[in-house]
Amino acid sequence: MASPVETRVGEIVARHEGMEGPLLPILHAVQAAFGHVPRDALPVIAEALNLSRAEVHGVVTFYHDFRSEPAGRHMIRLCRAEACQATGGDAVAAAVRDRLGVDWHGTSGSGVTLEPVFCLGLCACGPAALVDGEVVGRFDAARLEAILKEWGA
Amino acid sequence: MRLFLSQDAAAKALGSEAVAEEIRQLAERRGDDIELVRTGSRGMVWLEPLLEVETPQGRVAYGPVTPADVPAILAGTSDKALGLTEELPWMKGQTRLTFARVGVIDPLSPADYQAHGGLAGLRRALSMTAPEIVAEITESGLRGRGGAGFPTGIKWKTVAEAPGARKYIVCNADEGDSGTFADRMLMEGDPLTLVEGMVIAGLATGATQGFVYIRSEYPDAIRVMEGAVALARAEGILGPSVLGSAHAFDIEIRVGAGAYVCGEETSLLNSIEGLRPVVRAKPPLPALQGFMGRPTVVNNVISLATVPVILEKGAAFYRDFGLGRSRGTIPLQIAGNVRRGGLYEVAFGLTLGQIVDEIAGGTASGRPVKAVQVGGPLGAYFPRALFDTPFGYEEYAAKDGLVGHAGIVVFDDTADMLAQARFALEFCAIESCGKCTPCRIGAVRGVETVDRIAAGDAAAIPILTDLCNTMKLGSLCALGGFTPYPVMSALTHFPDDFARAREAAE
Ligand SMILES: Cc1cc2nc3c(=O)[nH]c(=O)nc-3n(C[C@H](O)[C@H](O)[C@H](O)COP(=O)(O)O)c2cc1C
Ligand code: SF4
Ligand code: FES
Repeated sequence: MASPVETRVGEIVARHEGMEGPLLPILHAVQAAFGHVPRDALPVIAEALNLSRAEVHGVVTFYHDFRSEPAGRHMIRLCRAEACQATGGDAVAAAVRDRLGVDWHGTSGSGVTLEPVFCLGLCACGPAALVDGEVVGRFDAARLEAILKEWGA
Repeated sequence: MRLFLSQDAAAKALGSEAVAEEIRQLAERRGDDIELVRTGSRGMVWLEPLLEVETPQGRVAYGPVTPADVPAILAGTSDKALGLTEELPWMKGQTRLTFARVGVIDPLSPADYQAHGGLAGLRRALSMTAPEIVAEITESGLRGRGGAGFPTGIKWKTVAEAPGARKYIVCNADEGDSGTFADRMLMEGDPLTLVEGMVIAGLATGATQGFVYIRSEYPDAIRVMEGAVALARAEGILGPSVLGSAHAFDIEIRVGAGAYVCGEETSLLNSIEGLRPVVRAKPPLPALQGFMGRPTVVNNVISLATVPVILEKGAAFYRDFGLGRSRGTIPLQIAGNVRRGGLYEVAFGLTLGQIVDEIAGGTASGRPVKAVQVGGPLGAYFPRALFDTPFGYEEYAAKDGLVGHAGIVVFDDTADMLAQARFALEFCAIESCGKCTPCRIGAVRGVETVDRIAAGDAAAIPILTDLCNTMKLGSLCALGGFTPYPVMSALTHFPDDFARAREAAE
């Protein structure tokens, strides 16, 4: 019998029938549904799209966005790219890592995941961040404290 | 009273939503008759959130606005008043062709769009033959704004003449280059222009299906573009009969998943197809065997969004702007450590010094400018000694640099150019698709070599130079092939930063 994950993934795949190049949209939908791309999802997708598991695995692992494990309750994506470096981004990033007690890709004890991102298109108001999907410009330690307080984290 | 407030991501990142909320609450409390129009950004990011008030003379700008400023602005007594928006030096200096409507209209109002000249280009295109449209684009001198600067008309001609029942227009909205945001601003501020440009590209080449591949880092742009496609279908701009003609064209939005290399056109095609997005060897050209092996135009957002104005005003009008073989206008994206950052659309030809010292007003920190990286993470670092370089494809190439997507990132004198060179190599190592050894392995070795230099080992400098040559010559695409630009420019123009550790060691 199909597991709950397999059933849900099957439904997601079915919604994409008839699409040209459905794999990437399916993976996004799976990640949106589960918060990550569960291992069990891959065989279902592979079979439906007539691909090998290795092919699907090769696609999933290529992209930085797809997670094999769920992230924390909250997510901070901090820009590491040049324009944000020019406005002191490296020091801010170091302070954030220090305050959360994690390195890049880590999740703090209070459930905040820190991911690097290379440019958010907010390069004239850096350092830039995406905080639970919301854009933030001129990010700094004070802003981090305010956000953590709001989250109770 | 009519107010205009940007909801561009940069405005949101600086607090526009709190301002919007304050306006709504105030209007409700006082029962005022206030219409708040949400627009794209005028591009003056240092003034965001920028609030505009309609007056008989035109829109008056206020910025940067906080919620506390709102009552005084509505009363006409605010000290944040900047004067008429159109008269501000930043606006007056520009030639806004591609960005004419951005920051002016409600991005998702077809009525606004048409009232400001939208669809004029498409209407004219519908009265022309496909070869005539291609000729118009070729004569305009438009070159690809994604980075490589390839003539758009020639690409279209190849696709138009390629045999095939199903062809595609793929819009590259991956905008991976750091320091760039023109695609984002255009999509958030005037998405129907991009739709219109893609439809015209379809008419010119016989393509009937379009894709816009937007990076996942742009949630706002994705939302607005999806809205624009739905509107365009409802308005008959997209669909089986474009504006009632015999031509069909439709568009789907696709979302990337955080891989810089997917901006490379063949990697992008693999990504949309659902394959592992490694770079494809060329030939075959995507124009002949692109998406699903069928003829495909891959063009940048700005290339496609410039098509409507060229069709509206004619090739000669567009070609008359510019310098040398760089025709028309270019949306400069001024970023990093600058007093005034944002988007500035202007004819090619300004010198880097004019851009950095005059338009940007120098650094935000007030310290001297040390280096300017032009053209994204694969672009060279320019020292002040090269500030006389005029903005143009050939002019930058002659200085071992590139225009790229026209991002300009300014660093003050606290920048450590060895660290910047290291970052360029680290970025290449993280983002390499892995297909060629000089890129995949070379970038990792490069980081190690820079670390040796940092530790005082001068013998590592020629090794770094050799490595860069190998990457340049042995890489399939510009990720491995151009990473040497930032590295070598840092080493060449800022040798002191590579010697400091050695001096310390001695
Ligand atoms: C590593 C790499 C990344 C690229 N990223 C982008 C990008 O984000 N956006 C873009 O339009 N072009 C990008 N390009 C250039 C594309 O390959 C291609 O030249 C362009 O989309 C063609 O459109 P255009 O002729 O309108 O510029 C990239 C190229 C390379 C090698
Ligand atoms: S240069 Fe790098 S990114 Fe480009 S094809 Fe080769 S390995 Fe892939
Ligand atoms: S470089 Fe950080 S947002 Fe663009």
